[in-house]
Amino acid sequence: METRLLDPTAESAPLMRPRLDPPDSLDGKTVALFDIGKARGSVFLDRLEERLSQQGLKVRRYAKPTNTKVSPVETLQAIATECDLVVEALSD
Amino acid sequence: MQLPENGLVAVVKRDCPTCEMLEPVYRQLRDGPGLTVFSQDDPTFPEAIGGAHDDRDLERSYRLDVETVPTLIRLEGGREAGRAIGWHRGDWEAVTGIEGLGADLPEWRPGCGSKSVEPGMAEILKVRFGDARFGARPIELGDYDDPIEATYERGWSDGLPVVPPTEVRVLRMLRGTTRAPDEIIGSIPPNLAPCTVEKAAINAVMAGCKPEYFPVVLAAIEAALIPEFTMHGLLCTTYFAGPVVVVNGPIAKAIGMNWGGNALGQGNRANATIGRALQLVIRNVGGGIPGGIDRATLGQPGKYTFCFAEDETDPTWEPWPVTRGFAAGTSTVSLFAGDGVMSNFDQISRTPDSLVRSLAMSLWSIGHPKKVQGHDALLVLSPEHYRIFRDAGWDRARILAEFEDVLRKPGSELVRGAGGVMEGVVPEQAEGMLSKFRPGGLHIVRAGGQAGLMSAIIGGWASGARGSVPVTKEVKT
Repeated sequence: METRLLDPTAESAPLMRPRLDPPDSLDGKTVALFDIGKARGSVFLDRLEERLSQQGLKVRRYAKPTNTKVSPVETLQAIATECDLVVEALSD
Repeated sequence: MQLPENGLVAVVKRDCPTCEMLEPVYRQLRDGPGLTVFSQDDPTFPEAIGGAHDDRDLERSYRLDVETVPTLIRLEGGREAGRAIGWHRGDWEAVTGIEGLGADLPEWRPGCGSKSVEPGMAEILKVRFGDARFGARPIELGDYDDPIEATYERGWSDGLPVVPPTEVRVLRMLRGTTRAPDEIIGSIPPNLAPCTVEKAAINAVMAGCKPEYFPVVLAAIEAALIPEFTMHGLLCTTYFAGPVVVVNGPIAKAIGMNWGGNALGQGNRANATIGRALQLVIRNVGGGIPGGIDRATLGQPGKYTFCFAEDETDPTWEPWPVTRGFAAGTSTVSLFAGDGVMSNFDQISRTPDSLVRSLAMSLWSIGHPKKVQGHDALLVLSPEHYRIFRDAGWDRARILAEFEDVLRKPGSELVRGAGGVMEGVVPEQAEGMLSKFRPGGLHIVRAGGQAGLMSAIIGGWASGARGSVPVTKEVKT
């Protein structure tokens, strides 16, 4: 396996891609709450759903079948197409 | 294993009959002045002296610049003082200063090729031992990263897989030109980023080019940077067009380009990858990315790659670059800002007058059937269509002159609203006759398979001083 490539670009962008900026406002946004399957993640997300819903935001819940494996592609595609933001409950 | 400051060094391999034959000589030298042996393929060889130092990574062979095994070198004060290649008793005796070496052996035997000079090995060893220097930023991948996926993740691909630009591949690509890797070819739009020969090589690797295509890629980049071609506007436009690359001269045959059957289609590596390399340079170095500054409404598949050679096999046909001031037999790259291919499928015309009128009917629709002089066209004349002109004694100049006559219409037919279509020429142009193309706006090349009464028309982008004009650049080394 080749492990070193040469950059074909003008190198005007950093190697590490910057994170997307958070939105200025949550108005009208649909928020995904993503449970990766770790213990008590659902408790955190339940509370978050309650708070966000009180603000009038649309919330959709998603969950990985197990925390031990990467998410099914279908789940990631569903989040990307149905929501504007995602909050992931990462750990117990 | 360090080399001795003073002494004899031999580089051998088991897979060499001459190296094997010399086992008694190795023993003779080891027992005499001493001998340090490196084996390229098997450190247990030569058994006669209990094996050799392991040079399977070929570092010693590389650093000693060994091209043939066996090679015998005498070192004095750390410097080479003598070298014998293959087996020639007199040479070995001269290098060692010992008479009667291998007395029972033949006087002379050729050696074998060193593993360090096997095809492709030069670049591998140069990279392996740190002698390759690059200006480009290295990207380290993890052991489990897929290099092709890594190129996608970094946005380097046009959508199809690219060949991962490893240092070895880039080094090999650079061997395709005599130009220095750090030479700047020019500033690539839209970001006007300087493009070195090395950056071009990296993108040519990714496009799938062979090193012998690289001079054509370099010429294509240089051509794209000629201001009259207006590459910046071409890559930004909402229109369909992209650079169409036409290659002429001996280089086209030398690198196996296709000007025959399916010349505008898939299947030929040089055609496919040279056009793609130019587009990848624009994307990666220039930053011309669809959805970013490339605002094409629809685009067209030729924006992946669009490159072919002109058929110069018929001596009655004057190749396109010759009409543009280049001597016949010169290798050139010409660029045309073109969109997709439109067909003219005329199976019936057997006279040049009929065919020129027939082709003109298709040419009228370039851009829009009711608009004039806004777009050039590149007519790709097939052998069977050209034969009709040739047999009537029409050369390129005559064909173009006849087109000029037939590509005229009354402005009243083209004016806005005429025929119930709002699009058209402005009312001020309604009087008199209008030519479809600006003077010199119709270009003709010859390509295609021997069978088929059909030709291709490649419509142009905004033409002339307000847009792009075709450009040609000589292919150098």
